[in-house]
Amino acid sequence: MTESLFYFLASLTLLCALMVVIAKNPVHSVLFLIITFFTISGHYILLNAQFLAAVNIIVYAGAIMVLFLFVIMFLNISKESEHKVKTSTLSKFAGTIAGGLLFVVLIAALKDTGVTGYSPDTYNSQVGMVENLGQVLFTQYLLPFELASVLFLVAMVGAVMLGKKETGEQHF
Amino acid sequence: MESVELIYKAIYILVIFGLTLLIATYSTYAERKVAAFIQDRVGPNRAGPFGLLQPIADAGKMFFKEEFIPAKSNRLLFIIGPGVAMIVACMSSAVIPFGDTLIIDGRTIYLQAIEVNIGMLYIFGVVSLGVYGLMIGGWASNNKFSLLGAIRAASQNISYELAMGLSIIAILMMTGSLSLREIAAQQEGFNWNIWYQPLGFIIFLTCAFAETNRTPFDLPECETELIGGYHTEYSSMKLGLYLFAEYINIFVASAVISTLYFGAYNFPFMENLRSAISDPVLANNVVTLLGVGVMFAKIFFFIFFFMWVRWTLPRFRYDQLMKLGWQILIPLSILNVILTGGGILLFDRVKDYLF
Repeated sequence: MTESLFYFLASLTLLCALMVVIAKNPVHSVLFLIITFFTISGHYILLNAQFLAAVNIIVYAGAIMVLFLFVIMFLNISKESEHKVKTSTLSKFAGTIAGGLLFVVLIAALKDTGVTGYSPDTYNSQVGMVENLGQVLFTQYLLPFELASVLFLVAMVGAVMLGKKETGEQHF
Repeated sequence: MESVELIYKAIYILVIFGLTLLIATYSTYAERKVAAFIQDRVGPNRAGPFGLLQPIADAGKMFFKEEFIPAKSNRLLFIIGPGVAMIVACMSSAVIPFGDTLIIDGRTIYLQAIEVNIGMLYIFGVVSLGVYGLMIGGWASNNKFSLLGAIRAASQNISYELAMGLSIIAILMMTGSLSLREIAAQQEGFNWNIWYQPLGFIIFLTCAFAETNRTPFDLPECETELIGGYHTEYSSMKLGLYLFAEYINIFVASAVISTLYFGAYNFPFMENLRSAISDPVLANNVVTLLGVGVMFAKIFFFIFFFMWVRWTLPRFRYDQLMKLGWQILIPLSILNVILTGGGILLFDRVKDYLF
């Protein structure tokens, strides 16, 4: 049951991720990306990590992708601008070669790695629950956690600075 | 045992789903009656006794109207839009505890569709998805005013989600759990969260109005500035689904407010009632059934409150809305989080000192 569910979810994830790249309309791409995030959340639930699944949906599908959709809807108002973008043969070649090289590097990196198993006796199935995650984050990984929060604060201050009206700027 | 559980869950989910739709249907009738009462009119009174069949007549009218899809619209997304709005609205009532346990034939039954230990995050995630229905519909209409309405709705929802999340954090600090069943169980008797979190409640209520696009924050469908908002191009039952989703959202928002701040199914003196009945099984069932009644009374009061405000307050201006959200509610809710933290620490100290 779980295994077939995993294969279904995995194939759906790959299909949607592929459609993000293939889709002609950028809004369709964004919608496929949202479905991809949902399927990834499904994987988290299969791994018994409910907190990560919920946060993944809230942060990525709920906030970031809304902003993506926002910007793309604004850009996409005039349909004519789409046809102006033409890819030259040279850039197509360059893209194919670069992608192929990346593929080779990935295969080289992954061909010798094995999947480390887990022992069912010592494995704690509740490891992905909120309480356990909070315990680990606030004891074992306290410093990285706090540093990440400082990073967010810096990003917020930067955004406020960029958005601030300068003196003498016209008010619309 | 397993299959019996499953069948019970399926029946319960169907009942909750049907109840949600029924309450949303009759909210439209209640809205018109409340409006009529406030404006000193009679309201709908032609279809059936007291006009009780009016929602069904409205739905019938909606279904028989012309189905119109604009020529240059994105057909698929245009059709998906209202469906997304509706599905997302219906999803969130799954984790709300409508009652405590019932004991039938020695089997304990929880009156909650699914119990997850991240119940609050689930609701928050579903609420944050609600904006997609509006945005997809508004964009796919290929109409300037629909797009403007959709953009407005999206930015309003995103802005108020922040303050909403922060006001919930104060509740979570107090209860120490994300599970709605746990939060409800901790407000035993008259020990409701509203006594500890009055500021958080006001912030949450304001944000709930903004999230459900109700007056005074119904700017996405502001007729004087936009023609009709994100559903300008919609007709027939597609428009009906958008309007219906709003009423479902009101029901869910009322249920969440009752659960978080007004003690869910708890009512004063429930322990006295429980000990007054000698048979423990009967006592438990009586208290639970009364609790379900109390829960729905609270929900109906808040639905009425949503309508009351709609017919009392005028609409905000858009810059006022943004200013309220970002410059007043977010700092206030951060202050609320700090006050709550300080209060919890102080309470612990005082308890150690006294006892």
